[in-house]
Amino acid sequence: MSASIGAAVRRILIPGAVALTAAFLTSTASAGPTLDAIKARGFIKAGVGTAPGFSAPDDAGRWKGFWVDFGRAYAAAVFNDPEKVQFTESSPQQRLPALQSGEFDILLSAVTQTFGRAHKLGFHFSPVLFYDGQGLLVPKKLGVTKGADLKGASVCIQTGTTGEANIADFFRRNNATFKPVVIETSPELLKAFAAGRCDVFTQDASDLAIKRTELPKPDDYVLLPERISKEPLVAAIRGGDDKWQEIVNWVSYATIAAEEFGITQANVDSFADTKDPDIRRFLGIDPGLGEAAGLDPKFIVNIIKAVGNYGEIFNRNVGAGTKLAFERGYNQPWTKGGLLYAPPFR
Amino acid sequence: MTTRSAPVPPGTGVFGSIRTWLGERPLEQIVLLIGVVLLFAWMGDNAAENMASHGMRPGFAFLSQPAGFEIGESLIGYSARDSHARAVLVGLLNTIEVSFIGCVAATILGVIVGVARLSHNPLLSAVTRVFIEIVRDTPILLQLFVWSALLHALPATRQALNPIGSVFLSNRGVFLPGFADGAAPLWILAALVATLVVGTILNRVQARRGAMRTSRAALILVGASLVVPLSALAFGASFALDRPVLDGFNFEGGLTLSPEFAALLTGLVVYNTAIIAEIVRGGIQAVPRGQWEAARAVGLSAPRVLRLVVLPQAMRVILPVLMSAYLSLTKTSSLAVAIGFPDLVSVVNTQANVTGQAIETISILVVCYLALSLIVSALMNLHNRRLAKAEGRT
Repeated sequence: MSASIGAAVRRILIPGAVALTAAFLTSTASAGPTLDAIKARGFIKAGVGTAPGFSAPDDAGRWKGFWVDFGRAYAAAVFNDPEKVQFTESSPQQRLPALQSGEFDILLSAVTQTFGRAHKLGFHFSPVLFYDGQGLLVPKKLGVTKGADLKGASVCIQTGTTGEANIADFFRRNNATFKPVVIETSPELLKAFAAGRCDVFTQDASDLAIKRTELPKPDDYVLLPERISKEPLVAAIRGGDDKWQEIVNWVSYATIAAEEFGITQANVDSFADTKDPDIRRFLGIDPGLGEAAGLDPKFIVNIIKAVGNYGEIFNRNVGAGTKLAFERGYNQPWTKGGLLYAPPFR
Repeated sequence: MTTRSAPVPPGTGVFGSIRTWLGERPLEQIVLLIGVVLLFAWMGDNAAENMASHGMRPGFAFLSQPAGFEIGESLIGYSARDSHARAVLVGLLNTIEVSFIGCVAATILGVIVGVARLSHNPLLSAVTRVFIEIVRDTPILLQLFVWSALLHALPATRQALNPIGSVFLSNRGVFLPGFADGAAPLWILAALVATLVVGTILNRVQARRGAMRTSRAALILVGASLVVPLSALAFGASFALDRPVLDGFNFEGGLTLSPEFAALLTGLVVYNTAIIAEIVRGGIQAVPRGQWEAARAVGLSAPRVLRLVVLPQAMRVILPVLMSAYLSLTKTSSLAVAIGFPDLVSVVNTQANVTGQAIETISILVVCYLALSLIVSALMNLHNRRLAKAEGRT
């Protein structure tokens, strides 16, 4: 190749490569509002963690769990088909940047709603779907009954959670010091704790209950009753798409309202000729709601047929009948002393 | 291919050196440079704009805010109340600590193993060969997990293993005797530097005035190495050892290596010992056989053949590769995240999560590692230039 042709090629190729890179970056940077992208694609992309009961693939590779059911509920509302959602695993460390960069439309991995995540990171949140608190798991042989006894303890913490800052605050409140042992992957951290590397394992209490069952001798450990933080767990989405935000909000509320009305997966069809005006409106027998939201008039019926009401989702995945056997606690409708409260559907 | 114009002769003066740097096609070089700068500026601007549209505020303002998280071990004072900038410094120092100790230990062991690998004793060379192959051919991450698991499998502090003296091994760490006075290691370092300086001067003097008697040279060196610690003692410094003692659940006093630090250091040292052993072997084998034979022919003893003839020539081959091994060790130390040692990557990871400033924190990481690598490269280039001068090359 002659030098002049070489130079000419370089003259064309280099700006070409620059322009191409530019075009590529622009196209990824300026995707339209989330809901348009979801509809054009034909399914919702959801980021999940892995915790049996909350989100984990079963033997056949099908995702199951509390958060997974909410993912199917959103798909049922948007597409009338609970299967039009794709679940992808994302580590606590990676999940927020992944949502930020558009890899997911929604993050269903026990994200704690905080001021900073709303204002500094620009995330928007669903109503609280699971009221949790950070707990302390300790070996029984330490004889510890409350967090204040843990002065100078070594504490196992996973990166990427609100836990690291919470535990620092907790020990500062108690004027005590501690040694953090911070490991990124959950199995390695659990191994270190099981080997006696730490005196305490701290994490959302719901997660600790699962971790305890995974330890070689679960009965040697006790989850202290005290909670050192508030962990309102929510579904998180990027800011900038009000319509998608409203769908996420009201589908979440719909599962809560359905429990208040006593509507379940099994009996939803029997309400077809109910006289109750609230329920007639709620289930789209009297039209109005679905049309206003740009969804199928029967979208709430579709949701309930797919995953049931909030209580059914809770009980099926983490409630009394399951291995985790969680109490409902705060996660009860307000009428039964819990904190779940859906605004009126009218 | 047509003949190209002759290379631009190295210019003199500022403009000359700029012209040399730009090379044959200055215009294209400048345009390309501007293009690259613009591309990066545009990418940065694009990222900032996108972040702003998501309601994020890019910038490094967070560095002066309180970090709010604790770090397991630190060479300098640190608490959750300190700033994010200090947290980065803590992580960086931890990375430098483990890398520096790792490089020194791996070099010493690597040279020993490398020479043993060349030994004519079949047992010795076979054993080292097996060691090198096993260590070199398995992923270092896997090795780190093994070391970490082994250290965690040690007994609890109250049943700690006590192999010799005041050394205790437990699942909460390795406890060693340390200096009671924190300044003691600094005095020892100062003594080392003084010895090196005096030794260098001694070499120069001998080169100019001819060799002096070995016993006299040795006396000067020993004197130089003792003068700093002795004067420190005179001014009230203490070199007393502080031994770890079991107190309640934990050991008090002495030096404590956390299991994470010990696992990471062991992993890095073992892996890089194998790498450096191969570098040393390669370097020695690169010295032509004739050099060995000639050295023996003039009647030098085996250790002097190695010290006076072979190693100086082997060093030229070894040093550049050794430097890249050091750089690679420093970068590999970031695998600490997997086993829980709070190195730079681990601290910055936590920071990214606490602040949400992913792009900024990643740039901090890039700048820190780049700075470390460039410093080592600069030292290496300096040495190479001296070597070139010594050989009469320009």
